[in-house]
Amino acid sequence: MIKITFYLFALILIFAASRVITVKNPVHAALFLVLAFFSSAAIWLLLQAEFLAIALILVYVGAVMVLFLFVLMMLDINVNSLREGFVRHFPIAAFVGAVILLEIILVIGAWHKLPTPEAATALAAVPNTQALGMVLYTEYVYPFEIAAAILLVAMIAAIALTMRPHTRAKYQKPEEQVSVRREDRIKIVKMPSETKD
Amino acid sequence: MPGLNEFLILSAVLFCLSIAGIFLNRKNLLIILMCIELMLLSVNTNFIAFSYFNADIAGQVFVFFILTVAAAETAIGLAILVVLFRGKNTINVEDFDTLKG
Repeated sequence: MIKITFYLFALILIFAASRVITVKNPVHAALFLVLAFFSSAAIWLLLQAEFLAIALILVYVGAVMVLFLFVLMMLDINVNSLREGFVRHFPIAAFVGAVILLEIILVIGAWHKLPTPEAATALAAVPNTQALGMVLYTEYVYPFEIAAAILLVAMIAAIALTMRPHTRAKYQKPEEQVSVRREDRIKIVKMPSETKD
Repeated sequence: MPGLNEFLILSAVLFCLSIAGIFLNRKNLLIILMCIELMLLSVNTNFIAFSYFNADIAGQVFVFFILTVAAAETAIGLAILVVLFRGKNTINVEDFDTLKG
């Protein structure tokens, strides 16, 4: 039963990935990428990585792919000029992909001492999220903090790259306001006093 | 339960598809970014499969960090893409030849 589920989701995953690279409209490619993330989250669930499967859907489908679609729809892209050379490059792409796949499969096939699923029973004793949290906040606490710093730096970099200063906005300049002198603002005018008639 | 090599072959197929995707869509910067996401996904599947079959949680911790770095990479990549599009009004990779590389 698990085997049938695995092959079903694997087929959906490979179909979605091949549509991502061949489809004409980039919006459709992004939506097929969402399908690929969903089916690989299902495969991760089969491998009892529940926390990461949910995190993949929340972070990737919920945030990263929405960012992709947002940028896609914000830019006015001419799709046809970007498709030039697709047919011309197809043979070399298929050749390179097939050669790399063949090499990886040869390496995996030549490997005789693969671990078996029987070894996996030890992980299932503790809930996955608890097991992950227990090592993440003790053994891997410094990498965890570095990851937080990376996210902060990425956020600042993305804002700094895309922010344009407002040219028409009106600002106060505090340094000029503070350094103003009395002579700049008031002028004392001497004039003869007037008498009441 | 499928064996470890089935998971490894699945992620190898995914990885090769994304390499072929970079060759096929070498003009469209957005599809190239999506192909990099697919590559990272296949690597993560490898890590989780090894973590399950070796009963070692360290693989999942590594996937956690890869997800973090990949999210940061995507955010900065898309920001650079938006800046490039503002400057040149295109995302065709062949038009970005100012450095004469």
